[in-house]
Amino acid sequence: MSAAPHLDIDALLDDRGVGVIVCCGSGGVGKTTTAAALALRAAQRGRNVCVLTIDPARRLAQSMGLTELDNTPRPVPGIEGGSLSAMMLDMKRTFDEIVIAHSDPERAEAILENPFYQALSSSFAGTQEYMAMEKLGQLRQQSAGGDPWDLIVVDTPPSRSALDFLDAPKRLGSFLDGRLIRVLAAPARGAGRMSARVFSASLGLFTSALSKVIGAQVLRDMQLFVSSFDALFGGFRERADQTFAQLQAPDTRFLVVAAPESDALREASYFVQRLESESMPLAGLVLNRVQEVRLPELTASTARAGAERLNGEHHLVAELLKLHADRMETAARQEHLAGSFTGAHPRVPVASVIALADDVHDLEGLQTVGNLLAGDPTTT
Amino acid sequence: MNVRAPNWSRVRLHVVSGKGGTGKSTVAAALALALARGGKKVLLLEVEGRQGIAQIFDTAPLPYQESKVAVAEDGGIVYALPVDAEAAMLEYLEMFYGIKRGGYALRRLGAIDFATTIAPGLRDVLLTGKASEAVKRGEKVGRPAYDAVVLDAPPTGRITRFLNVNTEIAGLAKVGPIRTQADSVMGVIRSARTAVHLVTLLEEMPVQETLDGLAELRAAGLPLGAVVINQVRGSQLDDEQLRLAAERALPESVLKKGLRAAAIDPTAATLRALADEAADHAARAALQNSERRRLAQTDQPILELPLLPGGIDLAALYGLSEAMTEQGLPG
Repeated sequence: MSAAPHLDIDALLDDRGVGVIVCCGSGGVGKTTTAAALALRAAQRGRNVCVLTIDPARRLAQSMGLTELDNTPRPVPGIEGGSLSAMMLDMKRTFDEIVIAHSDPERAEAILENPFYQALSSSFAGTQEYMAMEKLGQLRQQSAGGDPWDLIVVDTPPSRSALDFLDAPKRLGSFLDGRLIRVLAAPARGAGRMSARVFSASLGLFTSALSKVIGAQVLRDMQLFVSSFDALFGGFRERADQTFAQLQAPDTRFLVVAAPESDALREASYFVQRLESESMPLAGLVLNRVQEVRLPELTASTARAGAERLNGEHHLVAELLKLHADRMETAARQEHLAGSFTGAHPRVPVASVIALADDVHDLEGLQTVGNLLAGDPTTT
Repeated sequence: MNVRAPNWSRVRLHVVSGKGGTGKSTVAAALALALARGGKKVLLLEVEGRQGIAQIFDTAPLPYQESKVAVAEDGGIVYALPVDAEAAMLEYLEMFYGIKRGGYALRRLGAIDFATTIAPGLRDVLLTGKASEAVKRGEKVGRPAYDAVVLDAPPTGRITRFLNVNTEIAGLAKVGPIRTQADSVMGVIRSARTAVHLVTLLEEMPVQETLDGLAELRAAGLPLGAVVINQVRGSQLDDEQLRLAAERALPESVLKKGLRAAAIDPTAATLRALADEAADHAARAALQNSERRRLAQTDQPILELPLLPGGIDLAALYGLSEAMTEQGLPG
């Protein structure tokens, strides 16, 4: 199997034609840390960067000076070279702000107080993903308006599937703009248009079952919400489509983040295929938490056989040999998994980051991760 | 190792949650195998629609019906069911409203998806309802269909909302089968028949999420089970050896002598690499210990499962289930 092409992180960060880097991947693979480390490195290389994080670990957030979730970028002090601002996404607030910005105070209040809106803005699957995109759009406009950012790094919400991020606008858009919600929201207007008999029969059945199951109040809230929301946006699907389209802008690059585990790499693989079919530019794969190999010439089996030969004596050496054997086996399994990914996607460049013994919780730690990402040999 | 051995003899519903990437589905599967030892029947449920059980047990995608996926020691059997909210909803419509053919039309319209979407609590009632039904099945005639049910549940960040279905559907229908269903589900979930286990790694974020999750579950009055620490990097090195390893002060003469006895040439490169690896391990061990201390404050029983260098295959799964049994399961 041929080796994967090398992902040149510094070339990506230095490319002035790149204005947005989106870090995607399934949950628990180190997306937020990767996004923060990339942003810091880009800033230190002279770019004016804003990083949008979703749900950072407390100490990571603190390391960037993010003590409160106020939905606004805050400058990170002590950066030499360019500049770095960081923010945490507050999805409900982002949604609220969109509503407020697009309507008069009275109507905005009616929407914000609607229980259906409240459920939608705080718990609908995909709202967080969609709001991350909306926020990205706002940040881009702000920087076009004279703010100093020339690179925005985006972390994406922790979800089982990386695809959730790309599916969110369509999902939210077709939900809020779908045939069904339209008919339910305006029964009198909609019923006349429904010619197919099966459809209207099913619909009547549905409306009655639905109100029995979820209660008439929820339906009424939803109807009120849809009609006032409609007046605002004249169709949410269009807005969602536009929000999605900005991800296809020529200055945007995707980075897929994964850990060398079969689940995470399978997700990464789906995501790569999807980006290809959407014509969205993929910069490459970041493979986090890779087992570092020291002394590859001492194989796992030799080390294990050596430990056994000690037969209870030389306790310390026996333990060290077992630890070495474990590392070699872990590395071999990871290499096999990474090899399968590259076999399926031979042109996708890869940057590997070795597993660190400590959690990252300060700028120095982020810098170390950045060095590792860039394959900078001056570290460790 | 485990000083607070869990007593789970009365628990029939084991809910397994954990942060993404901690291996909660693997732990749920291993737990099901451990509970099935000694000729028991156990049902393993998954609710996130990703056919994780099939992948873990290395079988073809599972249908929406209870099927046998593994045998445990002494003839125990693990059955599995991937619960699908849409299918469960159609079941209800049929059972309570006699809607059958209409159900398929509703599905074509996307209506089921729509209903479970505009009322997020509804989906959870349907999913948890399946678990509580499996727990109760056969109880009345004194012969429960399953000795235990293991639910591979949503991640820690969503687990309290997921289980607290009564509160979630409070804004929905006040009467009717869904309300009855929610009450009956809560009857099972809040009782001593249920335990909610959280899977974590000995790293900062998963531990923090576990502590937050436990506090939330406790506040909601849900029954806590064990904290399962997954992927523990163990060694037999004692504290003094770890200290020396961290300081890169392991005695070279001892290393050389041991390596020669192991028939490995103690070259400078070998000595340096082993010392580096020992230092890495010591740093990990220190981090693990400090995170372990944070978890020990919770008063929950703690189970520890080792990191498996070879990854998770069926044999490894049985190994993990054995490790659980050794630590006092099923109580």
